[in-house]
Amino acid sequence: MEVTLDDYLLVSGLLFAIGFAGVLLRRNIIIIFMCLEMMLNAANLSLVAFSRFRVVEGLPNYNGQMLVFFIITVAAAEVAVGLAVIVALYRARGTTHVEDVSSLKF
Amino acid sequence: MAAIFFWLFSALMLGFACAVVFNRNPVASALSLVVSFGGLAALFFMLDAYFIGTIQILVYAGAVMVLFLFIIMLLDMKVEERRRLNTGVTAGGLVVAAAFTAQIFSVVEQVPFGNRPFPTLPDRLDDVHNVGSLLFSQYNLPFQVVGVLLLVATVGVVILSKRELK
Repeated sequence: MEVTLDDYLLVSGLLFAIGFAGVLLRRNIIIIFMCLEMMLNAANLSLVAFSRFRVVEGLPNYNGQMLVFFIITVAAAEVAVGLAVIVALYRARGTTHVEDVSSLKF
Repeated sequence: MAAIFFWLFSALMLGFACAVVFNRNPVASALSLVVSFGGLAALFFMLDAYFIGTIQILVYAGAVMVLFLFIIMLLDMKVEERRRLNTGVTAGGLVVAAAFTAQIFSVVEQVPFGNRPFPTLPDRLDDVHNVGSLLFSQYNLPFQVVGVLLLVATVGVVILSKRELK
């Protein structure tokens, strides 16, 4: 049995759904942040699968992989800033639990 | 052969992704995420994206997850104590995630030509060379913009972590 594009898209969708469930279910900001990274990576997987599927002149379509490269770079910057915000929040409030940080809640 | 490895690494990746969500210990969650990213990098290698797979291991499994572990240990987070589960929120989250999964499955079923096998590539693929030449020609401007973004992020992090702003 050969692996097809559908299989990669299904695995990528499942990974996104697991990350999404984690964001909704967990209450620890750091775990929520990790699940966000997981969702970004699921998008990367489907981009690379499409890039490999769309062969142009005997080569994969590298435009998809370029997008993945930029996503990884921006995600690294996002992690650095996000973790700095979490540390600042922990200094101000002494917690990383989302239910204890609800001043903006309506 | 390739199919066996595909399902093996997919199962590894998805299993450890579930472990990230269900572990109560943040350090265990972070280490599970490292393994999950390793499985994802293996899938990238199977798709002949060697450069992206290497970057995935170096940047994600290496740098980003070490940063996560540093912060978890800096904040000295203990195993989360068992709070009373808000059943409404939990059930809602599970229902939304399940509905999303069902929707993904139904959409993927409709992708035209999705069940065709992948086209073959030449035996020798200069992956890094191709990525590099495209990055420095057609994508030169976005590449430099991303460099500025990283600089701004670095300065922002330094300012955010100062105790008092003068």
